[in-house]
Amino acid sequence: MALRELKVCLLGDTGVGKSSIVWRFVEDSFDPNINPTIGASFMTKTVQYQNELHKFLIWDTAGQERPYFCTDKEEQILYHYRFRALAPMYYRGSAAAIIVYDITKEETFSTLKNWVKELRQHGPPNIVVAIAGNKCDLIDVREVMERDAKDYADSIHAIFVETSAKNAININELFIEISRRIPSADANPPSGGKGFKLRRQPSEPQRSCC
Amino acid sequence: MNEEYDVIVLGTGLTECILSGIMSVNGKKVLHMDRNPYYGGESASITPLDDLYKRFKIPGAPPASMGRGRDWNVDLIPKFLMANGQLVKMLLYTEVTRYLDFKVTEGSFVYKGGKIYKVPSTEAEALASSLMGLFEKRRFRKFLVYVANFDEKDPRTFEGIDPKKTAMREVYKKFDLGQDVIDFTGHALALYRTDDYLDQPCCETINRIKLYSESLARYGKSPYLYPLYGLGELPQGFARLSAIYGGTYMLNKPIEEIIVQNGKVIGVKSEGEVARCKQLICDPSYVKDRVEKVGQVIRVICILSHPIKNTNDANSCQIIIPQNQVNRKSDIYVCMISSAHNVAAQGKYIAIVSTTVETKEPEKEIRPALELLEPIEQKFVSISDLLVPKDLGTESQIFISRTYDATTHFETTCDDIKDIYKRMTGSEFDFEEMKRKKNDIYGED
Repeated sequence: MALRELKVCLLGDTGVGKSSIVWRFVEDSFDPNINPTIGASFMTKTVQYQNELHKFLIWDTAGQERPYFCTDKEEQILYHYRFRALAPMYYRGSAAAIIVYDITKEETFSTLKNWVKELRQHGPPNIVVAIAGNKCDLIDVREVMERDAKDYADSIHAIFVETSAKNAININELFIEISRRIPSADANPPSGGKGFKLRRQPSEPQRSCC
Repeated sequence: MNEEYDVIVLGTGLTECILSGIMSVNGKKVLHMDRNPYYGGESASITPLDDLYKRFKIPGAPPASMGRGRDWNVDLIPKFLMANGQLVKMLLYTEVTRYLDFKVTEGSFVYKGGKIYKVPSTEAEALASSLMGLFEKRRFRKFLVYVANFDEKDPRTFEGIDPKKTAMREVYKKFDLGQDVIDFTGHALALYRTDDYLDQPCCETINRIKLYSESLARYGKSPYLYPLYGLGELPQGFARLSAIYGGTYMLNKPIEEIIVQNGKVIGVKSEGEVARCKQLICDPSYVKDRVEKVGQVIRVICILSHPIKNTNDANSCQIIIPQNQVNRKSDIYVCMISSAHNVAAQGKYIAIVSTTVETKEPEKEIRPALELLEPIEQKFVSISDLLVPKDLGTESQIFISRTYDATTHFETTCDDIKDIYKRMTGSEFDFEEMKRKKNDIYGED
């Protein structure tokens, strides 16, 4: 079966549960005290989709999305662009991007449009976009209506799901939908100009003595 | 920001990002800021192309023939990675190589009598090259075999040469090598920019030739590697490493003051707020009063719509113009890359000419190189000062990187990194120190 490596980058404000979604997907667990500062370098999971194996290489922001200096919420939105330090490298070669917001925090939905704009600016042209409204287990404190989010996602032709990393709702479905939307390997033959990864040199043969 | 950090780093050039990564991996609390809205400082790759035009104050927007502006990532400083060099080692030890894809540079050429020749560095290539006569070839072959077997730690490989005493000039004499062979060995294999090395002990030169041939042996074609999307990917990769290990990043951050008390740094002031620190790392542009000028480098970025003549249509190459071929003291370098590296629009080539400035008319100095590149669609000329710190930072705990020099690889940059590390920590640099301290890769590998 053909194996395809698919890079997926996570976007969205600090604290919306980006890492938790991946953690649930990759390790099927949830840690409410997940360290917000120290990210994972790389998370991978392989799933079968029709007659292909999709190996997701998921990139976390490593906190480089965080707007600093702003305790005030409004100011935070205002400064959002200014201190964000996600490097262009983060978006390169991504097959898909998952933009996450928190359904209990209106402002994380407001900034969604900025993330989409950012992605259009720096991301690859044919990237598959998925919007995840996380923390859908916290219905009582909901601030973002599912309808509004769905309408917005439709308007930009993005996948939309409400998820709960805590209760494992719609996490696998999110990735299945991404697999479904990714153009088949035949449609996009890799251009001849692909580079390679550096590897360690196989240990040198011992120099013969005398 | 009103916090205490172990280390504050100013500027996101390659040197600063690698040091930031090492410090974070080793548990230091790092704050990393840059006054620019992009990563890389002087070692950035500029994108889109409009930004390059603006930066060099070229009137008007790029013409339609330049294609999409976003397809361009133009390096400000031309360099390649030696396949077996120290930067590759740093990428492997830190696993930053996971974030990057590379290509091998297709060719390495040397200029002689107005023409360019492929640099021979293996026995087979040396024997086939038209650079040398037959007898010369045999002697050169013997020399290459000697170098390949040479081991600094094993006196049995010295064959009567004292690596710490015998001058390189004497070694050439021993192998009876002629001036032409000496020229390209010293400049195209050992990559010296001047002839000063001839009277130095030969050990360093032999090790440089070894590095060249071992690098060449790794992937064939040439000893050089180049990252897709440009050199600016390198600082970004190490910044990501630092961030994963807790480093805090802020771009577009004006730096007002470096606060020094009793001769020692205590913090950095930005937009009225003070972040405190024990040590500071920065590039020369943040501490103009603490650096001195030791020379100048001229760099000319040239956009072409054709590969360089007589390079077998290579999509990437290096050309070295040895100093004595053009009556100079230091060599002129040409580094060329193209759309094959995702740094230019389809069908476009970027050749960067660079050398150490020797006269009052630096643009005249590089003319022989520009002649090899004609016709040139657009030129971007810069002349920059080479700055070095005035002191070692022992007292102030301010550690300043050196400006990127005219060499075409990163070996001197790595030496600077190792040196700063040693001055900051008091212990010798060890690549092992760069290894990630915890498993941060989840799922199957």
